[in-house]
Amino acid sequence: MENKANNNSKKAPVVLFVAKEKEPLFSKANRKLMTDPLNDNNPISVQVLGICSALAITVQLRPAIVMALAVMAVVVFSNLIVSLLRNLIPNRIRIIVQLVIVAALVILVDQVLKAFAYDVSKQLSVFVGLIITNCIVMGRLEAFALGNGPWKSVLDGIGNSLGYGVILIIVAFFRELLGSGKLFGFEVLGHKGVTVAESTGLYALGYENNGLMLLSPMALIVVGIIIWFQRMKNRKLIETH
Amino acid sequence: MVEYFSLFVRSIFIDNMIFAYFLGMCSYLAVSKNVKTAVGLGAAVIFVLTVTVPVNYLLDNYLLKSGALSWLGPEYATIDLSFLSFIMFIAVVASMVQLVEMIVEKFAPALYGSLGIFLPLIAVNCAILGGSLFMQQKDFPNVGMAATYGLGSGIGWFLAILAIAAIREKITYSNVPAPLRGLGITFIITGLMAIGFMSFMGIKI
Repeated sequence: MENKANNNSKKAPVVLFVAKEKEPLFSKANRKLMTDPLNDNNPISVQVLGICSALAITVQLRPAIVMALAVMAVVVFSNLIVSLLRNLIPNRIRIIVQLVIVAALVILVDQVLKAFAYDVSKQLSVFVGLIITNCIVMGRLEAFALGNGPWKSVLDGIGNSLGYGVILIIVAFFRELLGSGKLFGFEVLGHKGVTVAESTGLYALGYENNGLMLLSPMALIVVGIIIWFQRMKNRKLIETH
Repeated sequence: MVEYFSLFVRSIFIDNMIFAYFLGMCSYLAVSKNVKTAVGLGAAVIFVLTVTVPVNYLLDNYLLKSGALSWLGPEYATIDLSFLSFIMFIAVVASMVQLVEMIVEKFAPALYGSLGIFLPLIAVNCAILGGSLFMQQKDFPNVGMAATYGLGSGIGWFLAILAIAAIREKITYSNVPAPLRGLGITFIITGLMAIGFMSFMGIKI
């Protein structure tokens, strides 16, 4: 009798953590978060996020890779920070809070680039700053990090920035190879002299660079063709107008 | 006067936000399914760009640039706050978009309803922040030039989204290969339009 009364008078414990079965760090669902954005849910070719910066900096491979790494740093850390703060951010002002977090991270990235890779940072010009408004960052924050835990958000960030980076690198590969016959600045197709006789490699056979590939419109068309190939292989992505 | 006019024409056609710099592509691709919403979003972008570029110009010149604080006194002349420009610009843009949203909601509820989610999304439209960052790069001599540049870029963006929306409305009736439908063909059309716009580059003004 006494015992019972004692039990009743006890306050119900405040539930801080709901006991769950512990999920392994790289469970199937978590791996899917990382692999999905590479193909089925690619940020550029399926979700249509982050096109703005993707196209302008893909004339050469080097800036494209630096850009992909910069975006990865920003997406992963902003996903982590927002997901840690997700229960503290009032819904009405969440966009401004997110923008401030992202802007702070981008300033860090910009200063690091200026310090350690000045020539690339000059090439990227305003596009480093534009990572703030890169739709991938905001899109993933809104769609994922606001509703999921930190570890999952980090994986989602890595996956999406890899998906972005893959497209960037493919586009930059073709544009640099066909447009200037180089990869990472090395002349892989041989050296082009002033006349055919002075040239080596393919140029000795009369090959010419396609200057059109260096112009910005070709980036759009290359992405269009990538989308075409991807959807030919992956029929469930086809849209009905 | 001539330089204002030439800057205006340049920013619409030659330095077109979409066809030359690919800025604001996300909303350009997402909102261009029909002409009506495209016009609404385009108008909002023109307004926000015209306001934020000159405001950010003043901010940059009287607060952030190296030596910009010298109006406070000679001891401030060496301060360089330009690393803060991203965060200041985006704060101005975000608050301006909030303001536009409230004004539109009050005075044009019908337009507000049809724009829906896209209005707050202007805050993260790359074209808006891009306008301010290019303004910083171009180093205009006065605030009037900056405002002209903002207005011109906005109109250029408006024209681009209007054109692609009209083309996409028509293209639903054509027989596009299945994997290209929707996004793929839009990319390729935009590429072709950009090649068309490149012909303006030959004009010297």
